[in-house]
Amino acid sequence: MRFVFRTSYAQDLTLFTDTVQRNWYIALLLALVALPKLAPAYLVDISLVLIYGLCGLSLMALAGYTGLVSLGHAAFLGIGAYAHVYFTQDLGLPWLASVALATALTAATGVLVGLPALRMTGVYLTIATLAFALIIQEVFARWDRVTHGLKGRPVDKPVIFGISFANDVAFYFLCLAFLIGGLWLTRNLLRSPTGRAWVAIRDSEIAAQSMGVNLAAYKTMAFSYSAALMGLAGALFAHKIGFLAPDIFSVLLSIQFLLMVVVGGLGSLHGALFGAVFVALLPVMISQARDSVPAWVGAIVSILGKGASDAAFGATDRFVKQPGLEPGIFGLILVLFILFEPLGIYGRWVKLRVYFSTFPLYKASTFKRQRAYMRSERLR
Amino acid sequence: MEGSLDIVLQLVLNGLAVGCIYGLVALGFVLIYKATELVNFAQGDLMMLGAFTCYMFVVWYGIGYWVAFAAAVAVVGLFGALLDATVLRRVLGQPQFAVVMLTIGLGAMFRSFASIVWGTEIYTLPTPFSAHTSRIGGVSVSHEYVSIIVGTVVLCAVLYAFFTYTRVGVAMQAVSQNQLAAYYMGIPVKLMCSLIWAISAGVAAIAGVLLAPVSLVDINLGFIGLKAFAAAVLGGFGSIPGALVGGITIGLIELFSGTYLPAGFKDVAAYLVLLIVLAVRPQGIFGAVGRKKV
Amino acid sequence: MTFFKAEGLGVNFGGVRALDGVSFEVEPGQVFTIIGPNGAGKTTIFNLISRIYDPSQGRLVWNDEDITRVPAHEIAARGIARTFQNIELFEHATVLDNLLLGRHAHKRSRFFGELLFLPRVRVRELEHREAAEQIIDFLDLHAYRDRLIANLPYGVRKVVELARALCTRPKLLLLDEPSSGLSVEETEDMAFWIQDIRNLLHITVLMVEHDMSLVSAVSDRVLALNYGRAIAEGSAREVQEHPEVVKAYLGG
Repeated sequence: MRFVFRTSYAQDLTLFTDTVQRNWYIALLLALVALPKLAPAYLVDISLVLIYGLCGLSLMALAGYTGLVSLGHAAFLGIGAYAHVYFTQDLGLPWLASVALATALTAATGVLVGLPALRMTGVYLTIATLAFALIIQEVFARWDRVTHGLKGRPVDKPVIFGISFANDVAFYFLCLAFLIGGLWLTRNLLRSPTGRAWVAIRDSEIAAQSMGVNLAAYKTMAFSYSAALMGLAGALFAHKIGFLAPDIFSVLLSIQFLLMVVVGGLGSLHGALFGAVFVALLPVMISQARDSVPAWVGAIVSILGKGASDAAFGATDRFVKQPGLEPGIFGLILVLFILFEPLGIYGRWVKLRVYFSTFPLYKASTFKRQRAYMRSERLR
Repeated sequence: MEGSLDIVLQLVLNGLAVGCIYGLVALGFVLIYKATELVNFAQGDLMMLGAFTCYMFVVWYGIGYWVAFAAAVAVVGLFGALLDATVLRRVLGQPQFAVVMLTIGLGAMFRSFASIVWGTEIYTLPTPFSAHTSRIGGVSVSHEYVSIIVGTVVLCAVLYAFFTYTRVGVAMQAVSQNQLAAYYMGIPVKLMCSLIWAISAGVAAIAGVLLAPVSLVDINLGFIGLKAFAAAVLGGFGSIPGALVGGITIGLIELFSGTYLPAGFKDVAAYLVLLIVLAVRPQGIFGAVGRKKV
Repeated sequence: MTFFKAEGLGVNFGGVRALDGVSFEVEPGQVFTIIGPNGAGKTTIFNLISRIYDPSQGRLVWNDEDITRVPAHEIAARGIARTFQNIELFEHATVLDNLLLGRHAHKRSRFFGELLFLPRVRVRELEHREAAEQIIDFLDLHAYRDRLIANLPYGVRKVVELARALCTRPKLLLLDEPSSGLSVEETEDMAFWIQDIRNLLHITVLMVEHDMSLVSAVSDRVLALNYGRAIAEGSAREVQEHPEVVKAYLGG
């Protein structure tokens, strides 16, 4: 068993609880830095994971910590992407300035969305963000001068201070740097009064008010910070996909982001990252499974003879090649996680870690869920 | 002058018909919300399943329209009840957000299922009212639209009577406000919830079948559900007459803005109305504001 | 200088008159208790002071300032803290996080400073932690410091609720039924703590209470309400022997 001894108040404020944890994270960082050498084939996919990680952080700060669930965050991603492309390619601004400006613009949009959101609670807010996202998607399609409308517009590779980052490896490190920066900033907020105020708003608005938390200010801050992170991710996303079109930033993308947060585990930054890995790599895994599953099924059924094996292979092959299968698999995974692992991947990770750190004294009922009854959330 | 009055009347008729569909889907939302405080994001997809099931009975199995209609409603209603009994019962007690995500996931699964079973093409549902129109004055009255309006009115009357004159309505409200207390009072909570889901799914199926001749049957039919949100919010999320009033209002606004406002407004009119209502009067037209007593 | 005064408070909820012309004044260093049957309007007074409700008539004066229309989140900074009848703790946070939130009114850092976690933010955080630990010492919450509220028994939650209110360093503390749901021993502890709050921490206490023994033990002054109106005011004994109070509330 491992005990973490707390010897000072300052220790509770640090990023890592003790040197052992810090060393694990340093090892992870070294592995990520060495990734281009170890697994160059997956570099492009991992860059997307890093960008989705930023998106996950954004939504986790808003939905996981402040309790304001947004089904329209793809709109902020799009605003950041289109703004950045417009600033670099149409206005010719330097890359960093353009990213900063795009982030600020998205943050300002976040404030605009946050202000009416102050009057809405729970599911109403979710529906309002959904409506907002659908309206913004229409704006993307109609505002030809900036977005080139439905034709879409191509995105050049990033050039920072004259150095081209068109290379996959360079872009990967750029994304990694931004993700680590975003993580650090978010972690800072969460261990300060602002982060605590956000959690208070999630758990009991009335008590938060009586402790001096200005609900309007903090909710707006949450929206604005979340939108800013999304805007930043949007700029990188634009470079990653190389071509912007309005139908990329759809409701389905917003749902994928929420899926990230739920599957990863609500209420923890680790959850955002686990979820990002999951959601970004799932399409890759599905397409690989599409190729290999029919062969496995054929091999298993070959006990019954070649005829049956061929038939099984054929049937499975037709089934997995269906175009409409992928959203169904996303949906199924989401449903299974909510039914059986509501704490998400991070929750499962914590359970494993507790098992190993308290071995052999682990009790199976440590994480047993109590029977819960529904209480009305209309009266808050 | 005659011409513009005709245009207005035509828009009113079409808007009413479209609005009735929104109202029916919104009604399904409101029913489930009143009983279990869930917002069922898969309502539109249930509607789509209803349309496809009826299509399947009529076109694949050659059953007559009215029998197929009733059968489709029964099948989807039963499916809704089973959905509640197997999946949703397990998540009651979890925060509302988690259940919303669950319904979103279910909706995606329904769409996938439909595309596997029925394919991704667009189908037409033959009905007794297809391609029949009458002319009243200068207004062309499509029988399909009339069937939608009449069907909605009949359904709402039946539901209103059901909820006003039976004890089920009161029991359902108890279940939604404090489930544990409802258990103590001897209300069969689980049965209530399944019943409400059955009714709501049936209403969605009816909406789907009524809408099918107008908008054709394909897997994206469910996205109408998003506009029906606007209807439910406008009417007040806990109010049954509100759902219908909200739906008709949204339908009329959409049709009129399509004609009189610049292009693009028709598609987003519903969402703009939604945002305005939520910003100005979140409880909608008929809703009530609740406040927690501390 | 007026420490705290309520003048002619009146509140309507629809057709129900929850409070009707209630006036009282609290002196600094007192424990002032409000008693009365359920529905008499006692918690409503607290909700008016916390600015959760707006009064229809009357006004509230605190430190010579009219606070009748002040926004709810500015009350804590002015030195008034409260506990809630049905505990309003932050369920998914630890006890320590709840207490640190009580320090929010004394927050001095700005958003961008926190974003970068500047050294002065770190120094402030350590100060907040010190202050919270003092309250943990005062109320013996050492064993529960890192436990999630959701896992704590009711009696401990009540104490945490009190601790969180104390962390705001109030000059006036509103306690809403501090002994409800507590056992005899826990109620005795609560009585000692209320006396310590008055004598050691020099905090004035305004309390709503049903437990008459606790009221007699700690109160300096008592106000009795019935159907939203004040029916008696005086020392604990005077009010308990008042005929109207006996008829309306105590029985006998």
